[in-house]
Amino acid sequence: MKKGYFGQWGGMFVPEILHETFMQLIEAYEAARADSTFWQEYLEVMANYSARPTPLTYAHNLTKHFGGAQIYIKREDLNQTGAHKANNVMGQGLLVKRMGKKRVIAETGAGQHGVATATMAARFGFECVVYMGEEDVIRQRPNVFWMEKLGAKVVPVRDGARTLKDAINEAFRDWVTLMDSTHYVLGTVCGPHPFPEMVAWFQSIIGQEARRQIIDQHGKMPARVYACVGGGSNAIGVFQGFLDEDVELVGVEAGGKGLDTGQHASRMKGDRAAPGVTQGYKTMFLQNKDGQMIDTHSIAAGLDYVGISPILADLGEKGRVRFEAATDTEVLDALTLTMRTEGVIPALESSHAFVQAFKEAPNMSPDEAIIINMSGRGDKDIFTIAKAYDDPSWKEFIISQADGFRK
Amino acid sequence: MVNVGVNKIATQAGNIRLMNNLEADLRDRLNKKPILLMTHLVLGYPSLDTNYEVIRQMAENGVDCIEMQIPFSEPMADGPIIVAANQKSLSKGITVEDSFQFAERVIKEFPQVNFLFMTYYNIVFRYGEERFIKRSTDIGIKGFIVPDLPPEEGETYIRISKEHGMAPIQFFTPTSSDERMREVAAIGGGFIYCVARRGVTGTKLELDTDLVQYLQRCRAATELPLAVGFGISSREDIQMLTGKVEMAVIGTATIRLVDEKGADKVASFMKKLQ
Ligand SMILES: Cc1ncc(COP(=O)(O)O)c(C=O)c1O
Repeated sequence: MKKGYFGQWGGMFVPEILHETFMQLIEAYEAARADSTFWQEYLEVMANYSARPTPLTYAHNLTKHFGGAQIYIKREDLNQTGAHKANNVMGQGLLVKRMGKKRVIAETGAGQHGVATATMAARFGFECVVYMGEEDVIRQRPNVFWMEKLGAKVVPVRDGARTLKDAINEAFRDWVTLMDSTHYVLGTVCGPHPFPEMVAWFQSIIGQEARRQIIDQHGKMPARVYACVGGGSNAIGVFQGFLDEDVELVGVEAGGKGLDTGQHASRMKGDRAAPGVTQGYKTMFLQNKDGQMIDTHSIAAGLDYVGISPILADLGEKGRVRFEAATDTEVLDALTLTMRTEGVIPALESSHAFVQAFKEAPNMSPDEAIIINMSGRGDKDIFTIAKAYDDPSWKEFIISQADGFRK
Repeated sequence: MVNVGVNKIATQAGNIRLMNNLEADLRDRLNKKPILLMTHLVLGYPSLDTNYEVIRQMAENGVDCIEMQIPFSEPMADGPIIVAANQKSLSKGITVEDSFQFAERVIKEFPQVNFLFMTYYNIVFRYGEERFIKRSTDIGIKGFIVPDLPPEEGETYIRISKEHGMAPIQFFTPTSSDERMREVAAIGGGFIYCVARRGVTGTKLELDTDLVQYLQRCRAATELPLAVGFGISSREDIQMLTGKVEMAVIGTATIRLVDEKGADKVASFMKKLQ
C-alpha cells in the first residue's frame, strides 16, 4: 500500500511548495521512530512534566448505579493542561528540537491544543503562533487568555465558518510562507501524511498504559473501550492498546442537536458525510453534493469538525470500530451524573464517550469491564458549561464582575 | 469526443517529445509575441455577469489564457482576496454545474482564448475524476490547475487528462530541488506554473537576484513553457520577465481592479500591461 494510506483513506495532498518540507518531516519522524532513545526521552518528559502514567480510575459508584459492567475511567484529564493534547504536543516538540526549527504554529478549536502547544513552546523556547477561528476565540476566551500569557500570539481567523477547519487552512497558509523556520504542530490524527500516523504514535501512550492497568486491576481485557471522536486522536490513542484483542472499540461523535437536524458533527454515524479530499487528506467529510464543506455544530468545540482521522475512517469501514453519536442534551446529563457520583469533571468532549458507555453498561454482565477514555477535564470549560446549564448564580457573578470592570 | 491532440516536437537532446494541444498553441503564439499573458478569475465573483464582461475585455485585449477558478469552501493555497472571492461566490449559491455551463458559453464565444479550470481537488473528486475531465474536454477546456493535488496523488487524474489531450498543469516552486523539478516536468503538460515565491496568492513580486536564479533553475529543468505568477501588476513587471519565461500570470490584480474600479476598467488595464 502507498505510504500514508489506511485502506483507501489518508494520503498526502499537499501543495508542491510544501513538498520538501514534508520530505524533511517524514525523514525526521522516521528517524525518531527507529531510534529507541527518542521514545525513552518522550516517556521521561511525559512522566516528569505531564504526570504520566495517568491513572485508570475504577468508578465504583457509577458501576453500582448502572448495575452492569465494571466501569473504569482513563484519566487523561490529569495531564499537563488538562487533556490528552499534551501527549501529542510534547512528542512533536521533541521532534522540532531534533529538526532544529525555532518557531511552531498550531490550529485550535476548543483552545485545548493551542494552550498545550503554547506550554510546549514556552518550555522548549520556541516562538509560537496559534490560529483560532473567530467564533472559537469568542466561545473559548479563557484559553485565549492563557495562550497569550504563555507567550503565544493568537490570530483570530475570519474566513469561512470561523471555526477549526478555517484555522487549519490559515495555519497551512502560514506554513507555505515560513516553512524554513517553522513546524506546524497539527493537533489531531488528521491532515496529510505523516501527521495521522505520527500523532497516533504519540497518543498510543494512552493505550499502552490502559492495557497494563486494566490487566492489573481487572485481571483481563475489557469488553469495550469508549472514546469521543473529534479528529480522533484520543480515540486512536486508547484504541491502540486493544486493536489486536477481542475488545469492542466504540467511537462517539458529536450528535449536536440530533442527527436528523443537520446540526451535528457526525461523520461516520448518520448519512451526511461522504468521501472527500481536503486539508491534505482523504476521509469522510461533511460536505454537500458539490464537495463544499458544510457547517457543523456541537456543544463541544473540540468535536466540531468536518473531517475524521483516515485511520478511524478505515477502522470504521472495516467494522473494527463501532461509531455512535451523543446529543448535546445527553452530554450534559452524563456530565452531571459523573460529577455527582464520582467527583470527576469530564470535558464536554469527553462526556460524549460517557453517554454511550452509560447507555450500554446496564445491559452488560458484572463480569465484564469497560474503559471510558476521559480525554480532558471540564473545569477549564467553566464558561461554556455554566452557560449550557444556564446557571443563575453564575450569571449573576458574571454580571457583577462585568460591572466591576466598567467602574 | 476524445481529442488526443498531441504533436511531436524534437527536443534539444534530439529525442522526440509529445506536445499537447495547449503547448502547441502557446508555441504558435510565441512566434508572434515575446511573452504571453494568463489571467485569473473566480467564477461567480462578484457575479457571472461580471465574469463575462471581464472575460470579454480580456479576450479582446490579447489575453492568451484564462484560469477560471471554480470556487471551493477551503481554498488552502489562496491569499485573503481570492479566499474572500471564493466565499462570496459560494454564498451566492454558485454551483459546479453553473461553472460548467458558464465555461461552455465563454469558450464558444471567445475561441481566441485558451480556457483552463483552476480548482481544488475535492471539487474534481466529488464530481468524479473521469466525468469531470471528460465534460471539460467536451466543452473545450484546455487544462487544469489543481494546487492541492501533487503528482504522487494525482496519477489517475494525470493519466485521464492526458488521454483526453488535456494539460494537467504542474508546479515548480522556490523550494523545489532541481531533481524534483525534473521529476514534475516529466509528468506535466501544457506549461509549468512557476510559483514565484513562498506564501499564498496575492503577495507582491520583486525581480531580485533570487528570483532570477530561481527562474534559471526552472528553465534548466524543462523544455515546457514556463508561466510565472503571484503579484504581477504592471508592464514593467512583465517586461522584466520577457526572455526569462513564456507567460506572465496576472492573478489578484484583476480581482482587485474589478473590486475597486469596476469591470469596464479591465480593457485599459490589459492594454497597459502589454
Ligand atoms: C478534551 C478534548 N477531548 C477531545 C478532543 C477532540 O480531539 P480528538 O478527537 O483528536 O481527541 C478535544 C479537542 O480539542 C479535547 O480538547
